[in-house]
Formats: sequence, C-alpha cells, structure tokens
Amino acid sequence: MSVTARAVSLLAAFLVVAGLATFVAIYFIGGASAMPTVHYAASGGQVNVVLQEDPQNDSSSKPDWVSYYVQDPASQNWVHTTLFSVPAGTRVNVTLYGYDGCTPLRNNYFSQVQGTIGNTVTYSQFDQHGKEYVTDKTTQVINAWSDCNVGHTFAIPGLGLYVPVASPNAELSANNLCSESPCTTSGNPYAKETFSFISPAHAGVFRWQCLVPCGGGFIDGNSGPMQTLGYMMGEMDVVSS
Amino acid sequence: MSAAEPPAPSPAPSSAGPRHGRRLFVIWLVLSLAACLLIWFVWKPHLPPGTMSDAARHQQFDIAVLAVSAAPVVIFVLLYFVYAIVVWRARPGDDSDGEPTYGNTKIQATWIVGTTIIVLWLFVFGTVELVVPAGAGAGQGPAPIWKLDGATSSTWTPNTNTMLEVQVIGQQWTWTYRYPQFGGMESSELLLPVNTPVEFHVTSLDVIHSFWAYQLGVKADANPQVDNVAYVTAKALGSVTVRCNELCGIWHGAMYNYGHVVPPTEFQSWARGVQAKEQANGILAALPPYALTYDPTVIPQMGKNLIKIDGITGAAGYYYPPSDPVTP
Repeated sequence: MSVTARAVSLLAAFLVVAGLATFVAIYFIGGASAMPTVHYAASGGQVNVVLQEDPQNDSSSKPDWVSYYVQDPASQNWVHTTLFSVPAGTRVNVTLYGYDGCTPLRNNYFSQVQGTIGNTVTYSQFDQHGKEYVTDKTTQVINAWSDCNVGHTFAIPGLGLYVPVASPNAELSANNLCSESPCTTSGNPYAKETFSFISPAHAGVFRWQCLVPCGGGFIDGNSGPMQTLGYMMGEMDVVSS
Repeated sequence: MSAAEPPAPSPAPSSAGPRHGRRLFVIWLVLSLAACLLIWFVWKPHLPPGTMSDAARHQQFDIAVLAVSAAPVVIFVLLYFVYAIVVWRARPGDDSDGEPTYGNTKIQATWIVGTTIIVLWLFVFGTVELVVPAGAGAGQGPAPIWKLDGATSSTWTPNTNTMLEVQVIGQQWTWTYRYPQFGGMESSELLLPVNTPVEFHVTSLDVIHSFWAYQLGVKADANPQVDNVAYVTAKALGSVTVRCNELCGIWHGAMYNYGHVVPPTEFQSWARGVQAKEQANGILAALPPYALTYDPTVIPQMGKNLIKIDGITGAAGYYYPPSDPVTP
C-alpha cells in the first residue's frame, strides 16, 4: 500500500472515530440537557417547591420505573423532570407527595430527618378515599423499620439534607397504589410531607437522590431509576438571587 | 582507492583523547546532587498527601525518597543519551562503522551490582515504611497485622491513649460514620480528635466503595459484609476530604464529603451531643446493634414489624432482592 493510501486510510479511520465520539457526546449529553428545568422564584423571601414520587411514570421508555415529578409553579402542571432551580440564600419550603409504597431503608440512619429547619418534617397520610389517618405529625424520625411508612428519601448530601419520605401504609401499599402518573390525590392513597431548608448563599448545582435504594428489577435495588436523572436522581440548581 | 585494496586499519585510541567515563561521571554527579537537593528541600514539602497525620507524613516521605532514588537513574539514562548524540555523532564525511565491542566485565559487573543495590534498597525501604506506620494508612482486612499503639476500651476519654473506633459505612452515594464508644451513634459528618489513635472499620451496604481520607493518608476498600481495618493518628487540626476511590456507579464522582480534626475535648462534646440527640429522637434505638459489618438483615432480630407485601410491584415492602434482575 502506498504512503498516500495509508495516509488516507488513517485519516478516514480518525474521522470515523471522531464522528462516533461526537455523536455519542451529543446524543447523551444533549439528551440530558433536553430535560426541562422547573424554575422557582422567591416571593417574600421564600420559595415553595412541590414534588411527588410515583410508583411508575408516564414515559414511553421506562414506564415501570419509580419516579419523581416536579410541579411547575406557573401552570401547576406536573413535569416529568428532576431538575429544578431555586434562588440562593432563600428559605425553600418543600411539599412532597408520596404515592409509592413502603420500602425499608438499607441504612435506617436515614430515617432521621437532617438538615431541615428544626430537623423535622410534618406529614399526613391519606387513604384512597381521602380519609386522613395521620394528621400533621411533626417528627424528627420516620422509622422505616418499625412500620411500613417510608417510601423513599429526598437527600441532598452536599447540603447535609436527608429527609425520609412517608408512604401509604402497608395495607394501602398492597392494594390501592396509584397506577397512573402523574398521580393525583383523588382516589389514591398518599402521604403529604412538608419541610423547609435554607438554600446555600452561593450559586451552584447540588445533586439530590434517593437512598433507599429503589431500583426495582436491578440487583439489590441498585442502578436503574435510583441513578438516573429524571427518575430518582436530580439536581437542584441554586441561582444568584 | 580501488575496490581491491584492503580497508585501512582503525586508528588506535589516542591516549590524549577525552576520558568519557570520568567526564560522564562528573556531569552525572553534579546533576544528580542538584536534582536530589531540589526534590528534598523544594518539592517534598508540597508533595501529597501532606503532613496531617502520621500515615500522610510517611507517604510524603516515601514519595520523596523514591523520587530521590529514581532521579540519579533517570539523569544517567538521559545524560548518556544526550552525550552519545552530541559527542559520538557521525561527523560529516565519516562513513566508518563504530568500533565493535565483545563484552566488558567492568560494565556488566557495575550494572548487576548497581541494579541489585537499587532493588534491595527499595525492598527494605518499602517493607519498613509499611510496618512502621502501622500499615501506612491502608486497609488491612479484618485481622490487621500491623496495629497502632493504643488501648482498646468500650469507652473513650480525651487526652488518653485510648483508641477511637470509627465505623465507616459506604453506600451509593454517600458516607456515614458510626462511633461504637458513644452508644453506636451514627453521623453523616466525620469528626476526629487530634493526636489520638483511630481505628477505622470500613464496610459497605451495597457495592464496593473505597474510603479515601485524602489529607490523612488513609485509603481502605469498603466491601459489603467485610470489616476492613485501617489506622491513623491525626497530627494537626483542619479539614479532611473524604472521597470514594473505587468506581461504584454512575455517581461515583459525587460520593464525597468532608471531615474535621478537632481538639479532643471538642470532639467528645460533639460526640456526646450527637449521641444525646439520637437517643432523644429515637434513631439510636432504631439502628441495628453495632457490629463490625453493617447488616440490614438484622431487622427481624430487633423484633421490628417489617412487612413483606406480596402482589405489588417494586420492593413489596421489603428489600429489592439480590437475585438476577428482570429489568422492567
């Protein structure tokens, strides 16, 4: 083979590899960035973030994966994303609707509420008829091992924020869980949990995740939705206020 | 000159020519001395992981000693390379071959003796540096060979030589720390007392992680159901970065937090405070009994009413199973 032919072959091989790398980068990175971010603006020095976690989701690719949703503050619509932004140095009031059934924590230490104002959460639990069987219980611990009442956690390790998310009780988890996402409070058992924390004073991106682990269908529950943005893994973008 | 004529004999080496060996040796000696002095006095103070603990200080010392050991060798190779190119290069018009050589006992003996000394030195030095700092901050498994001096006790008091036990628990993707001498309280924050022997018991709840307390020079794998012991004595106050050093999933790079080395009395105050808080809010009673591995399957032993629910998707009220996955 002549030197020219070899040089052309080498160049062609390089272009093929570079093209593949570019495609992969655009496909994955571009795909991730296509996920919408819900922006929360402060009002009166506070911001109200509303989330829900469902036993399934309305995606076409992974409809059986457990998933978070974020409520758009303007339209009140539920957005299938785990990216949201809050202003820096602001009190963040979170309302979290837990529709998924109970799962014991692998490390029951995370039954303890940490990093919220007062290190507490307040939760209520409702059956599918809307009957409230636990009302506004403020607590530092929701023991995931003593009863069937924790579905997942909402944790931002970078902020030291660890919150167990209450779930419907055992009987309701067994028989009546919400089966169509995004779930609604009508006709479904659920838990409603509220807590507050102060966002960091400086801008930055903070990862949040579930610590159950909750990847149904994967070994020991690892992988799958537990590690995937848009499902049980998310990012809170703290923006300069 | 005709083709039939025999080649002219090579000229005999001139006794007035340069003595390459001596010249090379002198240049090498000067360069090596300069490099070793620079490494030891200029570079060493900035070498990782610093001097925050005995283990870290030994690691910094090891890197510097190895650099000082390697520098003369590297300089010799490069010097000989450059010298040959400059001094023994072919001159314009000189198409003659080099002088054939058939062995040189002096060179061979020098080579064998020199490399033997270097290898033996590295063997002895490496062994001593593993043994003297009690395992050099590395995980030694459940039955450590080299233990740090310190009394073992079920309680810990400041300013004594009592070993502080800290269980390090990794899970995707965060670290927690358990202190058996303080009622088995657990914390997401690592605090250590200065000038106190510490015995880490490193384990994992799920996949393989690696506990890397960078400034302390401690690195130990965190394996599920395994107690991996590592020792350290922090010698200075300050912050410690804790990272996972074993690829443990897609968010491995985000698995880090920070620890702090504080005065012993401040540590005791903090530990007692966390213990009291966890006793008061009930989480301490909700944790499994302290054990050298962190086994969540002890829940039934605690008499807890853990309910396994059949017939629903997901975890069905219990742990997701370790069986082969059926991806939804």
